[in-house]
Amino acid sequence: MTALPMRRAHVPFRVVAPVVVVGWFAAWFVNLPLANWAAYDLLGLEQGSHVGDAVAFFLLDVPKVLLLLLGIMTVVSFLRSYFPPERMRAALAGRGTLPATVGAAAFGVVTPFCSCSAVPLFIGFVEAGIPMGVTFAFLISSPMVNEVALVLLWGLFGPGIALLYMGAGLAVAIVGGLVLGRLPLEKWIEPWVLAVRAGGGATSLDLRLSVEQRLRDAWTTTRDLVRKVLLYVIIGIGIGAFIHGFVPMELIAQIGGRDNPFAVPIVVAIAIPLYSNAAGTIPIVEALLGKGLPLGTTLAFMMAIVAISLPEFVILRRVMKIRLMVAFAAVVVTGILAVGFLFNALGL
Amino acid sequence: MKIVEVLGPGCNNCRRLEAVAREAVAIAGVEAEIRHVTDYAEIVAHGVMSTPGLVIDGKVVSVGRIPSADDIAAWLVTA
Repeated sequence: MTALPMRRAHVPFRVVAPVVVVGWFAAWFVNLPLANWAAYDLLGLEQGSHVGDAVAFFLLDVPKVLLLLLGIMTVVSFLRSYFPPERMRAALAGRGTLPATVGAAAFGVVTPFCSCSAVPLFIGFVEAGIPMGVTFAFLISSPMVNEVALVLLWGLFGPGIALLYMGAGLAVAIVGGLVLGRLPLEKWIEPWVLAVRAGGGATSLDLRLSVEQRLRDAWTTTRDLVRKVLLYVIIGIGIGAFIHGFVPMELIAQIGGRDNPFAVPIVVAIAIPLYSNAAGTIPIVEALLGKGLPLGTTLAFMMAIVAISLPEFVILRRVMKIRLMVAFAAVVVTGILAVGFLFNALGL
Repeated sequence: MKIVEVLGPGCNNCRRLEAVAREAVAIAGVEAEIRHVTDYAEIVAHGVMSTPGLVIDGKVVSVGRIPSADDIAAWLVTA
């Protein structure tokens, strides 16, 4: 083969971007009337009936969640590309424990991070002399206040709950980081971590990317994510639609109500194996919240889904001794339970 | 003969980057050996904090993302 492989036609970016933006907003605004029309007029289902409401919920939420994921996630991933881990390390190195811990938790919201980078990041931080408690604040906040959860909470529940969730997540990360920082962490880390010497290769700060490259990366990341979660999203919305249409409010109030002290621990236990299915779970949560599940229980459920990840624990086991893993998990679970009980007690 | 190293513990993105790197070698038409580095100590020794990383002849050219095959091919030719 001598010729270069066929290139895809390259439409200029400044032509694609406005078309996509306009199309997105058009789809966003037409979604609700279209879903209602399809459920109640086209299919002739009765408004207020069990089946009608369930079908309308499903037809409304599938495009809505997909639009949120495809559109907002692309924008968010693009913005996040400006906060690589190296920038965080430079910002945190040499600061006091408290400001560094708060900073690390905040960076957890914006720094792009995948759990397979947990070990290199951990070592990179140790090398820079950043206290390990600070690193833990990041490791807690990064998955918990993740972009998928925030975008979907904002889009489906409004900014109030999204910001409450973010605030609660940051609080758990900061307190968790401070508590873990008090432990004799040097002894609880696998010895090879402290022995390894990091080299000074090029970092993502030196490897400047163009805006178009960043946008293309953001789109690729988003597209891959949507492909991965699509099935779960549809199943989740299906379950949500069933709850919305058929499950009576009294049942939710009875099982998950504020008077049941076991509701928060139970939802946390249910949530742990659901990891990485935040996109599929939030529509279920949406339906449950609509049926009167208290906010504290709802937030605890959401947090436990994303914060405690078995795959990440397997990866972190490479650098941490079992004792530390247990302490880490215990701190995170305690924090989530505290958030659940606190918000329920406040009667929000 | 170029040495192309894909740095990553074996997650999906690292495997994808390896496939893209192979494609890039074919596009560039250069002779290259592709190594997949999964050892954390070796990854960190390159100063890489976000995986997957890409190294050509010992020089880090990309971290924390999967560049396009065309971009990698260009690096292979110029590096």
